[in-house]
Amino acid sequence: MKHKTFFWFFLPTAVAMLLFIAMPLVSVVMQSLFTPHEQVFKIVETCDPFGCKQSTGIDLEATNSLRAEKPLGRFAGLNIYLDRGHLASSEVAAAWLKSDGIGAFFNAIGNLPFYRAMAFTLTFTFLVTPLAIILGFVIAVSVNSLHRHLKGLVIFFSLLPMIVSPLIGSLVLFWMIDSRGILGNALQWLFQDPDLSLKASTGLTWVMLMVYGVWHTAPFAFVVFYAGLQTLPQDTLESSMIDGASRWQQIKYVVIPHIMPLVTFVALIQLMDNFRVFEPIVGFNASAHATSLSWFIFNDLAGETRLLSSASTTSVLTILGVCILLSPVLVRTWRDFNRKV
Amino acid sequence: MSSKALKQPPALRTFSTIFVVFWLVIAAFPFLWTLWGSFKVELDFFSKADWRNALTGARTFVEYGTAFTDNGYEGAWVQEEFWRSVLNTAIVCISVVTISLTLGTLGGYALSRSSFRYTFWLLIAALIFRAMPPITLVSGYLLPFFEWNLWGKLPTTIVVLVAINQPFTLWMLHSFFQKIPKELDESAKVDGCSQFQAFRRVIIPVMWPGVITTGLFSFLLAYNDFAVTSMLLSTDNQTMVPKIASFLGTTQTEGNVMFAVAAVVSATVPLFILVMFFQRQIVSGLTQGAVKG
Amino acid sequence: MLLKRIALTSALVLTASAAFADCTISGRVSIIGNEFPAIQTIGAGASECTGGEVTTNLTADHQTLNVPGMQGDPAEYTSAIVANSSIVALMNDDLIRPLDDLIAEHGQDLQKSQLITIDGKVMAVAFMANAQHLVYRSDVLAKIGVDVPTTYEEMLAAAEMIRSQGIMENPVGGAYASGWNLAQEFNNMYIGMGGEFFSAGTAEVSINNAQGVATLEMMKSLSEYMNPDFLTHDSNATNAEYRAGNVALMNMWGSRAASLVEAEGVAQEVVDGMAIAGPMTVGGGNIPATTLWWDGWTVSKNISDEDAAATFIALTHAIRPEMLNEETSSQAVWLISGYEPTDASEGVIAAANAGSVPYPMLPFQGLLHTALGAELTDFMQGKEDAATALADIEAAYNAAAKEKGFL
Repeated sequence: MKHKTFFWFFLPTAVAMLLFIAMPLVSVVMQSLFTPHEQVFKIVETCDPFGCKQSTGIDLEATNSLRAEKPLGRFAGLNIYLDRGHLASSEVAAAWLKSDGIGAFFNAIGNLPFYRAMAFTLTFTFLVTPLAIILGFVIAVSVNSLHRHLKGLVIFFSLLPMIVSPLIGSLVLFWMIDSRGILGNALQWLFQDPDLSLKASTGLTWVMLMVYGVWHTAPFAFVVFYAGLQTLPQDTLESSMIDGASRWQQIKYVVIPHIMPLVTFVALIQLMDNFRVFEPIVGFNASAHATSLSWFIFNDLAGETRLLSSASTTSVLTILGVCILLSPVLVRTWRDFNRKV
Repeated sequence: MSSKALKQPPALRTFSTIFVVFWLVIAAFPFLWTLWGSFKVELDFFSKADWRNALTGARTFVEYGTAFTDNGYEGAWVQEEFWRSVLNTAIVCISVVTISLTLGTLGGYALSRSSFRYTFWLLIAALIFRAMPPITLVSGYLLPFFEWNLWGKLPTTIVVLVAINQPFTLWMLHSFFQKIPKELDESAKVDGCSQFQAFRRVIIPVMWPGVITTGLFSFLLAYNDFAVTSMLLSTDNQTMVPKIASFLGTTQTEGNVMFAVAAVVSATVPLFILVMFFQRQIVSGLTQGAVKG
Repeated sequence: MLLKRIALTSALVLTASAAFADCTISGRVSIIGNEFPAIQTIGAGASECTGGEVTTNLTADHQTLNVPGMQGDPAEYTSAIVANSSIVALMNDDLIRPLDDLIAEHGQDLQKSQLITIDGKVMAVAFMANAQHLVYRSDVLAKIGVDVPTTYEEMLAAAEMIRSQGIMENPVGGAYASGWNLAQEFNNMYIGMGGEFFSAGTAEVSINNAQGVATLEMMKSLSEYMNPDFLTHDSNATNAEYRAGNVALMNMWGSRAASLVEAEGVAQEVVDGMAIAGPMTVGGGNIPATTLWWDGWTVSKNISDEDAAATFIALTHAIRPEMLNEETSSQAVWLISGYEPTDASEGVIAAANAGSVPYPMLPFQGLLHTALGAELTDFMQGKEDAATALADIEAAYNAAAKEKGFL
């Protein structure tokens, strides 16, 4: 295709992405490098329905003139990236010097919000992604062998966990796994422990979030794989059977290679989505036990005083994290692409 | 699946049937439970006193003399005018699907038919764009949208959702178009068609399965979105998901959880109809689209 | 139920239309605020005005929207309804205008106590008050033969008796959900212990002290008598526990007291036993362990004087004494002249009379609140000691305050 033709075909989507993603991206990067000006304080008298008292306020005139001089704010460089809320360089260095063993060092690191969130996020990403892919594959193979009249209904119910908004899906489950809800009770009965509560322990909360994650994302893998199975080359399968291949060998040598490109695609999308896990943490009220980078952004923006620079910094870190996470897949795509060219 | 190769031995068949039933229970049980509970009063639904209340509706019986009440539905649909949100969701979903598929097919087709290096980098850029957390994007939109008087309106939200959804659409459609043999449009071009004419006459007729599948995912994105719709729509224009969230209440507000439950059940019905209607196309679409990594 | 609601609404519409002629404006009015019933009433009241366009956007996300919505020129919103915690964000960015001249011209009927004055300038007009206070079950306290607790120590003793007599397993309720709620409980208790959040005149936090430790210890002791899931219980979930009859003693928002047992299906003993008392003190202090709150409206800075006057008139109309009736009186503790306190407002009024302090209106209080909400959870789960928790909170606050230019 000629450059010019390509340009016209690609223009609409490029404009949409440039306007609504690329430009905000640039401003987010800028915002992560600048912070608001120093605030000038003055003591003022404040009176409300409950009485008057002296308190600290902001001297707006002085602060405004600072703002007018440099509208972008103070240049902070990488300061925000390195502060305690993010990479916490000085805290990590201090922990390294002070700790007398590797265990103590990791304990100290685990107390810093960023690293704690990374611990959960990475565990979540690397457990949920493969489990959801495996589950999705097994469902796809099983559904594929059903009678065709049953398929439609089964597909609908299988899609339910994915097609219902994560916010609402996690709320429904949150109500059910309460220690007095039906699932919570069932678990108590199963483990013969009347005090068992999923919401009160960090470990169980992690398990709960990950089970939810698999439940919620397996249908996506299922739909994609199920479709892939429809194009299985029947003659290859039949000839493999004539060669005496067992069912397992058929799956291993014929089915899996056939849908491998789909696995890569699903893995790519799910790694990215799981790394940005957010809704279940809010839906399950789980921030006491598990946090993620996306949750930090939400927390910075939801407070009474919004921390824009901090939220921007976390966003940039999220994008960098996704790039690192996906780099093996991207390198592969690059090789494929070059081969194609 | 009449192929002999896929005929299963009875033991395996039983096992896979049991597995499917097991999976269906896991997948559908929370929703059946919600459906059942939506006809109860809040205390029964939460059943904080005794979990069996959720089954028997003990408190509902005390209140209404029967174990079922449609109060949640009446409250959500009549009192809170949930139908407005349903209407808004319909507008948003239809527009998002149409626009993002139009832009996506053009872009995806171009990407699949050009073999210059920059197509690879464009795809990578799209992937990086997709990594951007939506809440950050939305908080960046607020100020300009307010300033240009665009905030709170449905078209603004539609355009934003389309843009946010483009990377995924592009990737999916690009892989799909790669599966359509290049010879098709090449031969059309030999016959004297321009690239666009070749696209319109030859490609469009065969692209529908993949487009429908991509459309399903665009639809789900628009249907389920909370981050964008809750921040960019005024209360009059709210779609279903933020509306349901607003039923739940906040620190200062008593929520009405049963309205939310009834609304959740109501919100699932159109999806049921949609999937039943399109299930064949969805699956066959993915078949031919065969997304590739 | 529904019929009753419709009947009430139409009654409200009737009385409202009687007062219709009162208010004419010439300008644009656009209000953003929270969505609870009292604010809905204010929004409806402002919409009665004729002569100009009145729009409202009442949503739980108002705090995220009001700053960008008032930054433009002209601003989208001509007024934001705020509380003492959220007015600071608007003040920090210089988005609201002093109301003195508008009061002189159109606000003669406002009471002096309603005016929120900062540095000699009126910045907001308050219309309702709120506070957290004790809500208890009188029947349960009668059963164990204990008077209504006036201190948290007495509350603990009563809780122990309720548990040991097998009446309830987790008799104490509290909105201890990690995040905003948990931080607010810390604030209450720390104030009750006589602590100061910041060194005077600066933004330097000073909670890592004996009062801070005592506060955390008390919160920990209370949590032993709470449902083990307490870190996920916000005020809605806590209320649900109370309604289910699982909780006998809790510190709850006054604004939520009126509707507490009105929900469908609440057992009769809970309805009959529900009682309200003032906030409790702690650690032998005199100041109740609670904070006073007001909700009020502001007028945007970046709008024309005409729109500002229209907004002021419409909102003054919305909080005129005649708006009080049977329906609205129970919605809040109104700070409007002629308000007759209802039974449900007893706790908030007791809190104000007992010398409780308002939630601090400091530019950096919100940052400390966020830091508390995120960093307290480890201590509450017993994963770290009080001193470490307090040091973590200070460190988190310092990072945020440096970024914002407060330090």
